[in-house]
Amino acid sequence: MDKTGIHPGGTHVHVHADAHGEHHEDLGFWRKYVFSVDHKVIGIQYAFTGLLFLLFGFTLMMIMRWQLAYPGKPIPLIGLWFGQDRAPMGIMLPEFYNQLGAMHGTIMVFLGVVPLAVGGFGNFVMPLQIGAPDMAFPKLNMMSYWVYFCGGVTMLASFFPKGGAAQSGWTSYPPLAVISPGQTMWLIGMIFLITSSLLGSVNFIVTIVQLRAKGLSYMRLPFFVWAQFVTAFLLLLAFPPLEAAGILQLMDRIAGTSFFMPSGLVVSGKPVLVAGDGNPLLWQHLFWFLAHPEVYVLILPAMGIVSEIIANNTRKPLWGYKALVYSAVFLGFMSFIVWAHHMFMTGMGTTMSAFFQTTTMIISIPSVVILTALLLSLWGASIRFTTPMLFALAFLPMFGIGGLTGLPLGLAPSDIHLHDTYYVIGHFHYVVAPGTIFALFAGIYHWFPKATGRKMNELLGKLHFWGSFICINLVFMPMFIQGLGGMNRRMYDGGAQYAHNAQLLKYNLVIGFAAWGLGLFQLPFIFNFFSSIKWGALVDRNPWEATTLEWSAPSPPGHGNFLTEPIVYRGPYEYSVPGSARDFTPQFEPEKA
Amino acid sequence: MNIPYTVEERPDTGLPNGKLGIWLFLASEVMLFGALFSTYIILRTGALEWPHGELNIWLGMANTFILIASSVTMVMAWASLKMHDWGKHRLYLILTFLLAGVFLVNKYFEYSSHWTRGELPSHSTFLAIYFTLTGLHGLHIIGGMIVMAYFLGPGAKLWQKNPDQFANRIEYTGLYWHFVDLVWIFLFPVLYLL
Repeated sequence: MDKTGIHPGGTHVHVHADAHGEHHEDLGFWRKYVFSVDHKVIGIQYAFTGLLFLLFGFTLMMIMRWQLAYPGKPIPLIGLWFGQDRAPMGIMLPEFYNQLGAMHGTIMVFLGVVPLAVGGFGNFVMPLQIGAPDMAFPKLNMMSYWVYFCGGVTMLASFFPKGGAAQSGWTSYPPLAVISPGQTMWLIGMIFLITSSLLGSVNFIVTIVQLRAKGLSYMRLPFFVWAQFVTAFLLLLAFPPLEAAGILQLMDRIAGTSFFMPSGLVVSGKPVLVAGDGNPLLWQHLFWFLAHPEVYVLILPAMGIVSEIIANNTRKPLWGYKALVYSAVFLGFMSFIVWAHHMFMTGMGTTMSAFFQTTTMIISIPSVVILTALLLSLWGASIRFTTPMLFALAFLPMFGIGGLTGLPLGLAPSDIHLHDTYYVIGHFHYVVAPGTIFALFAGIYHWFPKATGRKMNELLGKLHFWGSFICINLVFMPMFIQGLGGMNRRMYDGGAQYAHNAQLLKYNLVIGFAAWGLGLFQLPFIFNFFSSIKWGALVDRNPWEATTLEWSAPSPPGHGNFLTEPIVYRGPYEYSVPGSARDFTPQFEPEKA
Repeated sequence: MNIPYTVEERPDTGLPNGKLGIWLFLASEVMLFGALFSTYIILRTGALEWPHGELNIWLGMANTFILIASSVTMVMAWASLKMHDWGKHRLYLILTFLLAGVFLVNKYFEYSSHWTRGELPSHSTFLAIYFTLTGLHGLHIIGGMIVMAYFLGPGAKLWQKNPDQFANRIEYTGLYWHFVDLVWIFLFPVLYLL
């Protein structure tokens, strides 16, 4: 037992639920670290794999950015590694560029951000925050991770066969996706990933409903848990239609069916020999029925993380906790009926467009409520500017920019001008990159002490933050200018072939150097991450003086998490309670009689 | 370490973990088949003509009754456990398993009669959606049979150790089985009759 920590419960007499804290179960290396059923180990596995994929997906983009900044010039240093059929003499082929683009999107969304935000943080933090000994189905949890791992390996392996990886964008629109190489492995990989998140989401919901500690009612749940709860429902209900769509596209590729293949299709002057009668738009409907809720799968856990960190570092209760919760739930419902705002250009008709742009305007309301509540939480606070807080604070304006630039895209008339330009890329990257990924970094700095028992270095953390913050804005801000100027996305030569882009090409250089700079500024983080595991300052149970349940467990928590059965006495954010001796009153501290 | 509410019900929700889990899983299955049924509707409403009478209604109807009967035996297998009648439980579970097998044999005859006539999924969008929907449903039948085989074989030992947990597991298998049955009850009129 740690002597330095704040003992949960103080004078309260606890019954020892079980004795796992005292004796060590010796499971051996493989059962303990590789095929573990402990939610914390699985969470760390998810987080670590997700971080590796984020780095890999980002590297793909840094290579693409060379081609956009210097079209047709050999890629320096690593150019000759790619071989003759991808980059002869180090000069990238258009097919390889398309592969990098499709796989960048797929990897970042399905293998990087979601596994880190949901699989990593959800798995590690959520059971601790609700006072559970583990997830409701630990073996299923292990299976989720390994199915995700197989999906990741399939995606990585898809680069190697002849023809290379998928090259029809992460959205895989047919008929292109049905006839271009590499797509079969992409689809098989996706079916693994979908199955994994399905198993995971069942586990998350059951855990939150069934394993909450005594006294932890729904309205006492930390907002992070609420965010994970809504996210799990989105994954549970939105992913199966994509699985169905994936099966149909696989049938089109393997069994020669024509679900998405129209009659009379001609490719490169030759008619395509399929039965036809299919509907390419059907794929877009099925795909976006998942992929729009997926946006909220990406953003809700980030909002959850940011809320925890803002409450903790402002030393104030969150402003409007109930409004936050209701907004998150409303967001979840609405996200199922906005999908076709991605399809204004498909000619689906003005009635459909009118419906979907109305729902899209409605869904912006709960997002604004959440952002406003978080912003107002800062009012009058004496803020602790720790590294996690810097990342969390940066999330607010970054997500704000991402959200506000989305409004013109949600309205059909303005979308017609902006559709398929760099403006769209700038918009959704502001939501996901300096938005969600910054929140994920905040979460790593915030919960690292709980996972390892040591703090990450603050100086390196601040270097990482400021460097990343400046570079990432230089990457995405010029894209709005390019997009408003009409520069199309998915241009192999960066848009040089069109005269109207002449004034915009210089920004490709700015973006390129900013992206490579952003890569350099991740080095302090990588160094900090590994060196802090070994040499970081040791911490007790509650280094941030926080109020939620995870901070009553030892750092790092043993198998089974809590030494005594946690009991909850109050809401999650009781900071600076008037008349209290300390500026925080943890959920697990009993009322003084 | 013990996970709470694996067998007993949590007082405020009235559910053990597994029951909530299986219902959530079925919710996601509804979305999966829902997407495929939507595909059917969109393909059919977009088609210039839609084939009629391509499928053998009598075989399809026989399979409908076989699956309904298997749902009844599945309930009996669970109810027998609740009445602590192990022999009857074994009998009904084996019956359910066999009925599922008969369903698949029937399906095989249907499939092969199409194949011999050269009617492959690539032939038309009707056959494409027919083979995809019934194929996926068939995979669900096989999945259910694997689970039943497990509870007839190595999984049966749990009855001695923890009869309540075993009965719960049979109940969850049953919920899944009724769902697979229900999907067929939608599939039959949609594909064979309409």
